[in-house]
Amino acid sequence: MTDPSPRVSDHAVEQVVGRLLQLGVLVAALVVFVGAVLLLVQHGGTPVAYSVFHGEPDGLRSIAGIVRGVMSMQSESIVQLGLLLLIATPIARVALTLVAFLIQRDRTYVAVTALVLALLLYGLLFGNA
Amino acid sequence: MWASAECAGAVTPSSSPNVDCGVQRDLSPMTTLAFALLVAGGSFCAGLLGSLTGLGGGIVVVPMLTLLFHVDLRYAIGASLVSVIATSSGAAAAYVREGFTNVRVGILLEVATTIGALVGAAIAGYTPTSLLAILFGLILLFTAIRSIRPRQEHALLTTPDNWAARLRLDSTYPTAAGRQPYSVQQVPAGFGLMFIAGILSALLGIGSGIVKVLAMDQMMRLPFKVSTTTSNFMIGVTAAASAGVYLHRGYIDPTIAFPVMLGVLCGALLGARVLGIANPRRLRQVFTGVVIVMAAEMLYKGFTGSL
Repeated sequence: MTDPSPRVSDHAVEQVVGRLLQLGVLVAALVVFVGAVLLLVQHGGTPVAYSVFHGEPDGLRSIAGIVRGVMSMQSESIVQLGLLLLIATPIARVALTLVAFLIQRDRTYVAVTALVLALLLYGLLFGNA
Repeated sequence: MWASAECAGAVTPSSSPNVDCGVQRDLSPMTTLAFALLVAGGSFCAGLLGSLTGLGGGIVVVPMLTLLFHVDLRYAIGASLVSVIATSSGAAAAYVREGFTNVRVGILLEVATTIGALVGAAIAGYTPTSLLAILFGLILLFTAIRSIRPRQEHALLTTPDNWAARLRLDSTYPTAAGRQPYSVQQVPAGFGLMFIAGILSALLGIGSGIVKVLAMDQMMRLPFKVSTTTSNFMIGVTAAASAGVYLHRGYIDPTIAFPVMLGVLCGALLGARVLGIANPRRLRQVFTGVVIVMAAEMLYKGFTGSL
């Protein structure tokens, strides 16, 4: 093994990261749940038609649109915000892993982790392209 | 109402040229409330069985939505990916405490799965639905076969590998007899298989845990517990890559995704709690049976082009 004691700090970081992941999922699930209750109260009686793909309206497929919808208390946007938080949770995990490798001054893995993070952010922010 | 009239105005720029407009079986629509409750119930069972058997519930969400609820494949994939992220991230905390995850192996292979996921999301719109259904059926069959055959712990190799040494991938893991060192093999081959796992994850809306474990367990020769936990570490990240793209493309519908996400999550959490009580052998047989039936129906629909 080339580094003096990477395992110990790796493990400590993973503990923190594990907690963060749990917290992220919990917060996301709560937001989704609140939105879902509102959605069912407002549209519970509407018939569903999902056998043909229409694609979501603009307000539900961009981050700005979702935030705007949440501001005006739209139930579907609140659910979508929760889902967005959920998608962001593993991305936050990669960001924390990057910090850990930075602290360890592990240049190879800083580069590897930064590449993964860049790819994920590209998907989340510019997915339409 | 027939589908053709609706379809004419509904083709968005992002939807595939092979939009299946001729098929609309659901002529008596459910209310949103009934739909949400039924989907949540089904997803709960999927999450529970998936977590109890260790096979993951994500693989049955898409067949359930498309075959039982006649949901369009793209909406089903979007909702399934979201549930995959939830269960993978929820389970990760329990795993990391044990100290099995190999973070270096995970993050290195994530380069391959993330690129694969973005490629998969890019080609998903141009892939015919019937081809996706066949692919899905094959993955389900493969899952069933793997779950019938008992897994054997292979002998650990400590022969050094060039790539593993250069990338400092070798590590140790906790066993009854203290920390056991292991050496990582065949890094480029594992990396290549992970790229395919990423494509499959995006195309089919699954975690591809089965392909990931195959790569790490069989090819890279990681110990069983290390490959399962590291695979779980990677599943959420891979799914997040394609879910981000699909959100922008309008595949993620809140009304379909919320019962799936909450149902699978609750099922998986309950599964983790009752793991010691339930009989895993019997459950595995039940789950395998369900998977085989779904595989047969997916293959049938794929070959007849009726999905």
